[in-house]
Amino acid sequence: MTATVATATAVAPAKAGAHAEQIWTWLRTVPDPEIPVISIVDLGIVREICVADDSTCDITITPTYSGCPAMQVIADAITAALHAHGIVQVRLHKQLSPAWTTDWMSAAAKAALRDYGIAPPAHQVIDISRLHRPATVDRHLAHAAAEREAHPAADRAATARAAISRRATVATPHIACPLCGSTHTTLVSQFGSTPCKALYQCQTCREPFDYFKPH
Amino acid sequence: MDDKVVYLLRLGDNALILSQQLAQWCGKGPALEEDMALTNVALDLLGQTRLWYEYAAELEGAGRDEDQLAYLRDAHEFRNCLLLEQPNGNYADTLMRQFYFDSWHYFLIEGLTRSSDTRIAAIAAKALKEVSYHLRRSGDLIVRLGDGTEVSHLWTQAAADELWMYSGEVFAYDAVDEAMVSAGVAPPAAELRAQWLAHVGEVFAEATLTLPPADAWMQSGGKQGRHSEHLGYILAEMQFLQRAYPGAAW
Repeated sequence: MTATVATATAVAPAKAGAHAEQIWTWLRTVPDPEIPVISIVDLGIVREICVADDSTCDITITPTYSGCPAMQVIADAITAALHAHGIVQVRLHKQLSPAWTTDWMSAAAKAALRDYGIAPPAHQVIDISRLHRPATVDRHLAHAAAEREAHPAADRAATARAAISRRATVATPHIACPLCGSTHTTLVSQFGSTPCKALYQCQTCREPFDYFKPH
Repeated sequence: MDDKVVYLLRLGDNALILSQQLAQWCGKGPALEEDMALTNVALDLLGQTRLWYEYAAELEGAGRDEDQLAYLRDAHEFRNCLLLEQPNGNYADTLMRQFYFDSWHYFLIEGLTRSSDTRIAAIAAKALKEVSYHLRRSGDLIVRLGDGTEVSHLWTQAAADELWMYSGEVFAYDAVDEAMVSAGVAPPAAELRAQWLAHVGEVFAEATLTLPPADAWMQSGGKQGRHSEHLGYILAEMQFLQRAYPGAAW
């Protein structure tokens, strides 16, 4: 689904390749306003770039969290960056589906986050293998699998239960402290300084740190 | 007004009113972590409100935008359920209101991800990640407070009993809701209610709380614009700026 902010015009395919690549490069230098060490491209916010002609382009962005106040700042930053490079008309489109996920974050971005003092998301969100979980969760999942086999119709309900189960909190893998690397860390608050982060504390070096939640 | 516009306004109004109420705790939470959690939840709900309003305004086609829907409607034009306008009260009241809402909201949003309306399905898919997190947190806290000290148990049970009569309105479908179910836009009430009761029952059992009777008499009217005395005060504060300085922007 695309909520079109302005009407898109036809794209000149022959030219679009080179120009779009150039624009991707420019946008790679636009930092996230809250976490300036990673760019909005590395964060996975920019989804598509279409070049109409030398002075006009369409950029599709996707919000991280529905209420993330940084989105307007990001939109303004994109427009400003492209204006600086001579693109006069920048049309921004907001795309909700597929919903943004931390899986789109590049490996380089995750490393940059860690260096900046923020623990990067620990596991892939779209991970059906669900490795690294305590035995209690294994038993729970094995039970759910058996149930599914016995009652296929109950499958959806089981998926829903797993998503909101408070056991899922326990199942979160140990988050390594971005400062000393210790995995002896504890969750202080499921919500941190921005919607995308949780607050942890390292029990080894005692430093509190932000954790970028898998989303 | 078109049924779908009304339905979207109900979704948006629920999220907005609860968001406004939670924002009242900003700087006054019982602990810093709770203060941050409530404002984060409020922010998520505000973002969802904008997505619902944006779509409602487009469908309505009357030239109103999301800000006008939020700031320039009077109490009787709001379509939120009565639960959301109940006072913040003590922290157990705030959390129980949140838990009752989150439990319903999660299953509703999950159902809306399969909506025949692709725009609604996309908004729901986006919101689902957020509301899962909200529900996990509020369920967790209900267990900690319910199965906590003697005092916290007492207050949490009191909040559960007090707010129970406002928990049924979301399942009381009227012609607008039924039209949405028929069109495949929204999930049916019976399914949601069964899921809600099962989840709330499970958490209450773990929290050593007593589940009030499922067949108790329930309040209703908010979805049709008949509100309690509380909504006017909430709007008075939320809408003050636009009422006093029409068109003010920054």
